[in-house]
Amino acid sequence: MAAQNGILLEVKNLKMYFPIKRGVFQRRVGDIKAVDDVSFFIRRGETFGLVGESGCGKTTAGRCILQLYRPTAGEVLFEGQELTTMKGQKLRAMRREMQMIFQDPYASLNPRMTVGSIIGEPLEVHGTAKGKAKRERVQELLRVVGLNPYFVNRYPHEFSGGQRQRIGVARALALNPSFIVADEPISALDVSIQAQIINMLEDLQEELGLTFLFIAHDLSVVRHISDRIAVMYLGKIFEIADRDELYKNPLQPYTQSLLSAVPIPDPVVEETRKRIILVGDVPSPANPPVGCNFVTRCPVKMDICEEQEPEFKEISPDHWVACWRVTG
Amino acid sequence: MALLEVHGLNTRFYTDDGVVRAVNGVSWEVDEGETLGIVGESGCGKSVSVLSILGLIPQPPGKIESGEVFFEGKDLMQLSNDEMRAIRGNKIAMVFQDPMTSLNPVLTINQQISEALMLHQGMNKKQARERTAELLELVQIPQAEDRLDDYPHQFSGGMRQRAMIAMALSCIPQILIADEPTTALDVTIQAQIIELVKELRDEIGMAIIWITHDLGIIAGIADRVAVMYAGFIIESADVKDLYGDPRHPYTLGLLGSVPRLDMGKKEKLTPIFGLPPDLIDLPSACPFAPRCDYRIDRCAERPELRTLAPRHDAACWVDITKERT
Repeated sequence: MAAQNGILLEVKNLKMYFPIKRGVFQRRVGDIKAVDDVSFFIRRGETFGLVGESGCGKTTAGRCILQLYRPTAGEVLFEGQELTTMKGQKLRAMRREMQMIFQDPYASLNPRMTVGSIIGEPLEVHGTAKGKAKRERVQELLRVVGLNPYFVNRYPHEFSGGQRQRIGVARALALNPSFIVADEPISALDVSIQAQIINMLEDLQEELGLTFLFIAHDLSVVRHISDRIAVMYLGKIFEIADRDELYKNPLQPYTQSLLSAVPIPDPVVEETRKRIILVGDVPSPANPPVGCNFVTRCPVKMDICEEQEPEFKEISPDHWVACWRVTG
Repeated sequence: MALLEVHGLNTRFYTDDGVVRAVNGVSWEVDEGETLGIVGESGCGKSVSVLSILGLIPQPPGKIESGEVFFEGKDLMQLSNDEMRAIRGNKIAMVFQDPMTSLNPVLTINQQISEALMLHQGMNKKQARERTAELLELVQIPQAEDRLDDYPHQFSGGMRQRAMIAMALSCIPQILIADEPTTALDVTIQAQIIELVKELRDEIGMAIIWITHDLGIIAGIADRVAVMYAGFIIESADVKDLYGDPRHPYTLGLLGSVPRLDMGKKEKLTPIFGLPPDLIDLPSACPFAPRCDYRIDRCAERPELRTLAPRHDAACWVDITKERT
């Protein structure tokens, strides 16, 4: 998967362990393996969806890519440049290219700042625009995300959830980035507002040639917006495939049960659907099982699954799977 | 006569900012063994309407202005607190959205479930404990007997919701009201809970009122659906009619707003533009009119629910099925 053309971001064997500390001396007694040996790449101009249930490490993976967490091990190559060892001025310059949209539009905007200063802050920090030029750029950005440019002097509390998320998007766009990590950007919004934001993100991608890493738990939304999808579970990526391939030909048992568990808003379809109901809960990432991470819930596990971790490999072009049942 | 009938329910909240008209003339009924889905977005009054029925609205600031709720030939609105307590949790039980906040963190699971059994069924401690173990087994909690003395924090999110369901079922209710019971849970756990509730429904034969914003869940579980907007019911129909032939532009808009997992190529969603109205100054016009693609002059006057097809009511002046073809 190395030097293929058109690859914007490449993640190799990424690990992020958070230490568990105990006792008076705060000795390290173990690790939460939030992201455990994950590899994937994102092509220029595509939307790469990362799905998984809460606590699977999808947000941590996104933050590691932007170097908001410094990963425990592994490489993050952005336009061929290694980010994990980059520091200071150089890293700051790279950050212009990579921005983030957060989940909660209520918590991610400072209530004491006006919309103008929220969106203008990245321009100031990076010294790209000041004074009149900054004000004009902010107004232009407001227009781009479908808000009235006269809103610059208003405060976040004067806006609805959907409008706030638009402000968050405007802030992310301020520095003309090429890559945006969108971490559950619509899950805090109502159904009728979600579609507005999804459509806006799609339009912006087309106009500005953006590349998205779209992190979400809702597989219907991810399938809608993504070109390729990675399924994550307990710190590992189990399967990566094209959006249609993943839906039509899911190979890993967790992917299969996840797809079958998503309700479809059509009573006629629902009547005939067969669900694979998983037993039990996700194990703790502090104490993952030996062998395959899915072994405790897998409906089709074999002996080897309890002993050895399956290799993550490409079994057909662009379709990657980690499962002992799958032979390519 | 249906098992539970609600007629013309109006609930308001008197706040410093003004009067919030949370529920406006809501009527519906549910038969024995039937599942009614109430769908709507946040703030549309779906939770407040069922809380009103059970007398769980804090008064003040809330006030039930009018309405009748018939259950077993009695109007629940006229009952005293004591009479209501004998019904709530006994014949009509409820499961709430967040199992973390609706369980008491300082009581064991056994203590919390036993409480209802001792109160409503007159069991002693030992009997209640045995019954609690049976109930936990019924909701498929592994090694139920060993988990009786656990505290809620020792349970996972899915197990807590199972414990809530066990508690709700403890007195074998005739009606189970489930208010977004799976919203805080992961998809695979949500599927477990829905499957469990369906099995229990068929076993006990209880009626269910399932409140959610998720059109997907409703499609899989409900027999009848009521769609709420700005405190009004704007459409109600049998589940297949509602999805197959939506009669209100809002319902149509909601269905167009959600991406479907089984949708083929990348199709554009058709969102509903704008925002829901402020419930403090509700216009006398149709509440959906400012966002509606089918708006006509007559929409300045609010339409009442009217029957447009057998068992299919919508509050709209326009016959959108005709307009769409």
